Amino acid sequence: MERVKFQIDNKDCEALYGQMLVDAARDNGVYIPTLCNMQDVKPCGSCRVCTVKVNGRYATACTTPVACGMEIESDTEEIHEIRKALIELIFAEGNHYCPTCEMSGNCELQALGYRFGMMVSRFPYQFPQREINTDCQHLIIDYNRCIRCKRCIRTIKDKKGKSYFAFINRGDKLEVTMDKEMAKTMPLKVAELAMENCPVGAILLKETAYRVPIGERRFDKKCIGSEIEETDVKVFMGELNNE
Amino acid sequence: MSALIQNILIKVGQKKDRLLDILLSVQEAESFVSDENIKIIAGSLQLSEIDVRQCMSFYHFFSTKPSRHRIFLNDSVMANLMGGQKVKEAFEKVLNCKQGEINADGIGFYTTACIGMSDQEPAAMIDGVIFPSLTPERVRFVVEGINQGKSLSDLYYLPLGDGRNGGAALNTMVNSNIRKTGLLLDDYYKSGSALTIAIEKSELEVIGIVKTSGLRGRGGAGFPTGMKWEFCRSSEGAEKYIICNADEGEPGTFKDRVILTEKIEMLLEGMTIAAYAIGAREGIIYLRHEYQYMRQHIENALAVARTKKMLGNNILGKDGFDFDIRIQFGAGAYVCGEESSLIESMEGKRGEPRFKPPFPVQKGYHNKPTSVNNVETFCKVCRIIERGGEWYRRYGTKQSVGTKLLSISGDCPRPGVYEIEWGMTLYQMLEMVGATNTQAIQVGGPSGSLIGKTGFDRKICYSDISTGGSMMIFDQSRDLIKDVVLNFLEFFIDESCGSCLSCRACTQQIRNKLEKMIHGKGVSTDIEDLKKWAKFTLVSRCGLGQSAANPISTSIANFPHLYQAMVQKEKDYDTCFDLASAVADSCKVVNRVPNF
Ligand SMILES: Cc1cc2nc3c(=O)[nH]c(=O)nc-3n(C[C@H](O)[C@H](O)[C@H](O)COP(=O)(O)O)c2cc1C
Ligand code: SF4
Ligand code: SF4
Ligand code: FES
Repeated sequence: MERVKFQIDNKDCEALYGQMLVDAARDNGVYIPTLCNMQDVKPCGSCRVCTVKVNGRYATACTTPVACGMEIESDTEEIHEIRKALIELIFAEGNHYCPTCEMSGNCELQALGYRFGMMVSRFPYQFPQREINTDCQHLIIDYNRCIRCKRCIRTIKDKKGKSYFAFINRGDKLEVTMDKEMAKTMPLKVAELAMENCPVGAILLKETAYRVPIGERRFDKKCIGSEIEETDVKVFMGELNNE
Repeated sequence: MSALIQNILIKVGQKKDRLLDILLSVQEAESFVSDENIKIIAGSLQLSEIDVRQCMSFYHFFSTKPSRHRIFLNDSVMANLMGGQKVKEAFEKVLNCKQGEINADGIGFYTTACIGMSDQEPAAMIDGVIFPSLTPERVRFVVEGINQGKSLSDLYYLPLGDGRNGGAALNTMVNSNIRKTGLLLDDYYKSGSALTIAIEKSELEVIGIVKTSGLRGRGGAGFPTGMKWEFCRSSEGAEKYIICNADEGEPGTFKDRVILTEKIEMLLEGMTIAAYAIGAREGIIYLRHEYQYMRQHIENALAVARTKKMLGNNILGKDGFDFDIRIQFGAGAYVCGEESSLIESMEGKRGEPRFKPPFPVQKGYHNKPTSVNNVETFCKVCRIIERGGEWYRRYGTKQSVGTKLLSISGDCPRPGVYEIEWGMTLYQMLEMVGATNTQAIQVGGPSGSLIGKTGFDRKICYSDISTGGSMMIFDQSRDLIKDVVLNFLEFFIDESCGSCLSCRACTQQIRNKLEKMIHGKGVSTDIEDLKKWAKFTLVSRCGLGQSAANPISTSIANFPHLYQAMVQKEKDYDTCFDLASAVADSCKVVNRVPNF
């Protein structure tokens, strides 16, 4: 495989030709925040949180393959501001009450909120009316928290490749929904995977809350992205923890 | 399986990628797609029910409820400018139902985005038939006629339209309103002459001529056509496709409608030349649902071309040059005009744009190299091949070569289609159409710019003020914020595919803030906020999201006084919470009267 050289924030990097920028960056020790993206799953570019500038133009790092000589801006004030605004937009769009959410501490959205030092959304909260669905024998789907990242749609299929989840409508009425018939017969294993893949607390297993206690969860001690790149955001989180 | 579905599957093909056509055919036969049929279709295509629903619910014109007739009234800016509100009220009154409902007689009444009739608004589609220039009286006449069981063509209240509109195949009241002709719209072109020349030359020579002419795409983005074909030609793949983008969804544009009506032969010929140049055997016209009244007219033209050997096998006797064209209807989604989402839609999916790269010229329809071009672009090619690239360069300016069809509507005495040379100033344009007292021009539709007097000396060309052809004129009596900017924002919110957070959520926040300002609650920081928020939409995937905030940013830049006027002078902090109305609400609940 051909290797190509490129730069992220003036740092010389190298990667396989055609590798997506997020993956290429990770391999070079650079963290580009992501939310809708999952490693090794076909990207869908919906959250835009991984926005960077490639040769001066906006692009999402999860959907853009690296090419020779690319110059990428990621850790700049402009990009930081955009990413933070996007995260705030998500919080304002849905109903995210972290303290009462089973996913608190494991939630990637919440973790990004911390990483970007978000205190409150600059956008007025919309308080939408959303449904909680329990059709599936193993799952509770709380649409208040769904961020429409499409992870469930992309990854949760039956043996024949049929989707359990799908988008319905479009624009401001876009929603995620589950196939009614298929929901009834969803095996436990698939349900567990659905919960695991959902980045927020929208897909929850019935009857098994708080298996991992608060304080010992994924992002309780370490900030999201710290497995790739340490940042001074740790300081920010540390401050919160010390208080 | 019902006989209906069985027949449709035989006709259209029992394949996932024809889902859109299958659904359209079912709806055409039964006026809606029932739960039962959704189940059957899903079963026969090996899809889950939800897969079918996710495709269906993406498009505006599908219905899951039966009705005897369906009325879609345009509620675009232009329709409302020309009295759409009164027409809507008239419909609601005679139908005795609200917009979005089906009345007691089984007539469904809905609103829809611009249907490509901005020069003859307010207009509605009734069971696919266009009723232009509506008035409350005409509404009453038509609905009463329908109730008496009359056929729609017996209810025409205007003579048949000009040009070919009055012919048997079109048989419509729509007018073409051609006001100024140029090298495309004038009558000097003889059908077949360009194709005859093209097949005498090598494929690369044809591409060479198009490159020499400097022709750039007329769909909005202005990509050099010769270069696009060259990329497509050199992309690997035995099968290649030519697609004509006839989605014409940008509010205010209707010039493609007029070309399809009056110059359909030229379009088919242009597509055939393109097919020859890139090596395609199949061509598809992606036609917006609103133009279904042209189906017979286009099918006829295709049949004639086939008998003239201008389509089919060994075209005009050229050995091995096989090419044919079919029509693919859309089902109501502006974003499907974006070339990659158009391709998704053609494959029977939701019209969500793809990421680029790969571009359609590399991996397009069925992942094969595909050239998507606008209706006008193909027609220009005919003239260029006929007269040569150098000849074409004599028109327009140095960088913006040739002519452009403008769809001009709004406050002017002569709305319609004008073929102009690039380089005309907006002043000259206003003079040409006889507009007076003009406050603003929306150039390029909602995704373009709102231009005020100080910008009227700007030139219509790629390097100054570029446009896909939509020009809406507003005089001094119009409320630009309420009647124009807000409507455009609503349009983008409705038409967004919804995938990108930045496009879906940020436009809503912008709209909400603007509404708050319109309601007299603006504070000075709002204007700065709007400017900043508009920038966040730029990181969206496709052109829709990237331009969704243009109505806001261009109107703030060119009409700052309108925004200043919405700011409360004594307040500089924002409170979305309205104490007075909240107290009033809770008082109502407990049956008390507020004491302030
Ligand atoms: C949201 C959106 C809508 C579009 N709608 C149309 C359209 O209705 N007709 C069109 O020709 N191009 C439309 N385009 C541009 C197409 O993506 C594409 O650039 C064009 O069809 C290419 O043809 P051309 O090279 O001849 O201009 C649209 C683009 C976007 C982003
Ligand atoms: S349910 Fe979860 S995984 Fe599915 S779209 Fe919503 S947030 Fe994403
Ligand atoms: S910008 Fe808007 S319309 Fe385009 S892909 Fe994103 S959400 Fe869909
Ligand atoms: S992670 Fe790239 S767009 Fe969401």
